[in-house]
Amino acid sequence: MEEQDKILHEVTSQEYKYGFTTDLEMDTIPKGLNEDVIRMISAKKEEPEFMLQFRLDAYRKWLKMPMPEWAYLKIPPIDFQDIIYYAAPKKKAEYESLDEVDPELLETFNKLGIPLEEQKVLAGVAVDAVIDSVSVKTTFKETLAEKGIIFCSFSEAVQEHPDLVKKYIGMAVPVADNFFAALNSAVFSDGSFCFIPKGVKCPMELSTYFRINAAGTGQFERTLIIAEDESYVSYLEGCTAPMRDENQLHAAVVEIIALDRAEVKYSTVQNWYPGDKQGKGGVYNFVTKRGICRGESSKISWTQVETGSAITWKYPSCILMGDNSVGEFNSVAVTNNFQQADTGTKMIHIGKNTKSTIISKGISAGKSDNSYRGLVKVLPGAVNSRNFSQCDSLLLGSTCGAHTFPYVEVGNKSSIVEHEATTSKIGEDQIFYCNQRGISTEDAIGMIVNGYAKEVLNKLPMEFAVEAQKLLQISLEGSVG
Amino acid sequence: MTQLIAKDIALNERYTSLFYENKEALEKGSSPILNRMREIAIKRFEKDGIPGFKNENYKYTNLQPIFEKKYQHIFEYKRVEVDLNDVFRCDVPQLDTYVVLLVNGWYYARNRELTELPDGVVVGGLQQVANEHPELVQDYLNRQAALSDDPMVALNTAFAKDGFFMFVPDNVHLEKPIQVINLMRAEESIFATQRNLLVAGKNSQFKVVFCDHTLTQGEFLSNNVTEVFVERDAVVDLYTVQNQNNQANSVNASFFKQEENSNLLTSTATLHGGLIRNNVKITLDGEYSHADVYGMSFTDKKQHVDNYTNIEHAKANCTSNQVYKNVLDEDSVGAFAGRIHVVRDAQKTAAFQRNNNVLLTDSAKMNTKPQLIIDADDVKCSHGATIGQIDEEALFYIRTRGINEADARLMLMNAFAHEVIQEIRVEPLRDRIDELVDKRLRGELARCHSCDMN
Repeated sequence: MEEQDKILHEVTSQEYKYGFTTDLEMDTIPKGLNEDVIRMISAKKEEPEFMLQFRLDAYRKWLKMPMPEWAYLKIPPIDFQDIIYYAAPKKKAEYESLDEVDPELLETFNKLGIPLEEQKVLAGVAVDAVIDSVSVKTTFKETLAEKGIIFCSFSEAVQEHPDLVKKYIGMAVPVADNFFAALNSAVFSDGSFCFIPKGVKCPMELSTYFRINAAGTGQFERTLIIAEDESYVSYLEGCTAPMRDENQLHAAVVEIIALDRAEVKYSTVQNWYPGDKQGKGGVYNFVTKRGICRGESSKISWTQVETGSAITWKYPSCILMGDNSVGEFNSVAVTNNFQQADTGTKMIHIGKNTKSTIISKGISAGKSDNSYRGLVKVLPGAVNSRNFSQCDSLLLGSTCGAHTFPYVEVGNKSSIVEHEATTSKIGEDQIFYCNQRGISTEDAIGMIVNGYAKEVLNKLPMEFAVEAQKLLQISLEGSVG
Repeated sequence: MTQLIAKDIALNERYTSLFYENKEALEKGSSPILNRMREIAIKRFEKDGIPGFKNENYKYTNLQPIFEKKYQHIFEYKRVEVDLNDVFRCDVPQLDTYVVLLVNGWYYARNRELTELPDGVVVGGLQQVANEHPELVQDYLNRQAALSDDPMVALNTAFAKDGFFMFVPDNVHLEKPIQVINLMRAEESIFATQRNLLVAGKNSQFKVVFCDHTLTQGEFLSNNVTEVFVERDAVVDLYTVQNQNNQANSVNASFFKQEENSNLLTSTATLHGGLIRNNVKITLDGEYSHADVYGMSFTDKKQHVDNYTNIEHAKANCTSNQVYKNVLDEDSVGAFAGRIHVVRDAQKTAAFQRNNNVLLTDSAKMNTKPQLIIDADDVKCSHGATIGQIDEEALFYIRTRGINEADARLMLMNAFAHEVIQEIRVEPLRDRIDELVDKRLRGELARCHSCDMN
């Protein structure tokens, strides 16, 4: 037993491997937030009037909102005036080939093991790489354009497709939805925009890598995905952040709109800098993600692997409006050292015969706290709806916590909702069994953790699953995983 | 809950000023043990006020509308005529019990003296015992309730004058159960505050059955607090049958503190009533203690039943088991919030919780919020919650055996509830509750439904 504790300790005390910063020339504005800053952001991005109004509306509502305190998190007070709300690499990036890209930037990607060219060749993935707010490179754009798919940075979409942006922005996440969504709506710098026209199946997986880079800049990404009738898209989002001492705020918004019989798969691997072993530093990840299944028989599925961030506050949700629509949520959340995570989902059943599935796997180690918080709400009109939720927590060590806060509200007699949750540690008998077969305790823990998360990892697209496993290893470190 | 709107403030002020205006009447005749806490409690109540939807713990039960109504408050014992024949109707056949009567939250002055009680056992009214034997009360009263942040508990502490008291000394096993019959009887709407205190000494054993009834059709609001202390090696059973008229609203908070190797079983059956909120807090404060917590409710019309449990595993090697079942018909609303909290270092804990609900109509609504807060690693904890219907296949199976659909449905619902009922450790009581539930499901509980005995 002592031996096992020792290994657990070793395994969970590894330092963050991806901590490095890239020196790029940055174009920033002064710290602080007020209407002038918002006007400045909007002007810098040469936005049309409706976007400025959208931002100002959000900002005015945000001013009246209190910081939410209901989550099972200890959030140190955040000085919103001490943040730079806009940072962009100075060189306006418009590259024709990879050779023109800032070599230092390419190096950054190489260190992360996600070189653009490799992705391009091996995976056939179009990468819209975002470094601190402005899209630097978009590949495969032409291939996608042939099919009528629009995949570009948010600012580009605002310039080139303002009608689409105007129609759909704020549809899933209204400006005043919550404190952080309102903040994002007011100051968001850039993000991705994706539009799949009617009947088109996107031939490749779309992917964006987010990366916080400039010191003292919060990153406010905004992603909007629209899938028209009978279309399909699989979207990947992944992030790693370099080591910083000072806490960084990340408040992103992701909106997905699925029309009749459309399907959207959204996968995330999140590995922001979690802070060091003393709990110093780390990214605050306060994200609002929501999809609306507006059309009948539409489907939205969220898959996430959360390994990073000092504090995670994230609830990817589905509003199942269309009849027969389907929502899915698959999550692995790992917390270590002093990390805190309060994450889960909301499934709002509005249409008839709607179905949702929730699989959540939490792994806590060190002195961390890992909470699942979820809502399943079946409205009276959502007859014959079905939900199944399973939330499991695994505790590694006696100083961490695992918590479950599910909310289930059902308003009609024909719906069936089931929820189950378990909390346990790795069984001594399981480890003993592995030892007996000649597998070291360290490897055994790795195998068991991996097996435990497999159900969710399997839902990730191939290319991503590999990276996800790697990140799982880094968070609990090398030997585990 | 720092942001209170003007309307809430007015409501809360009504109760605080009621307190200050009647402070003298409240203190009169009460033991200093009760009086010394009143003002602190009302201040605590003032802070949060009557909980509404905004209070996370009362998310699914808004108490404000029922507290906004006008009630008459009773600050001293009033003799209420009760036909003792009515009391005997609550009798459990085949079960020999000591019967104790409380009317409108007050210990009934004409209760027969329980002469055959073993030496040292004290059963009586809280007010009287606190005055005559303060040594039995002072070490226990408010020792659990004061730790609660529930404003309703504070309100009770501020207003409470009387209730049921029971003390069983070390090593005494009480064979016969005590049956406490809580009657509400008044011509006008009344507000009752009842405070119960039960103490089980080391290695003692007792069983208590609480029966809540209304004798008249008026509107009632009761705000009750029960504190139970289970010393080491003690075994305590506490059963509650709530069967009141549909305008009788109540908020009941029960606290249980268990010492080493103690065993507790508490089971609540809610048959009829208005808005009912049951809070159960159990603290497993000694190693190897065990708690079983069961509850069931059968609701129709506009009934609202909310069961809220919080099981705190404060020491290692404790086990707990919770099962709550609800059957909801017509426009009724049900809620369940159950929490298992395993504190740091409470290793080798095993805690289970289950909540199953059946919705019979589209206008009934069920909200459930099971929660796990786990701060120790060597534990086995799980919870499960389901909301659904009677299994159509099981129904079909019974019908193929020549049983009509209505009967088959009834059988299945009875079986659904029976899982909770079968855990009752007193056989005659188990049969009695089985029968009551069966009648309730058949809609035959008309007498108890209105509980109008005239």
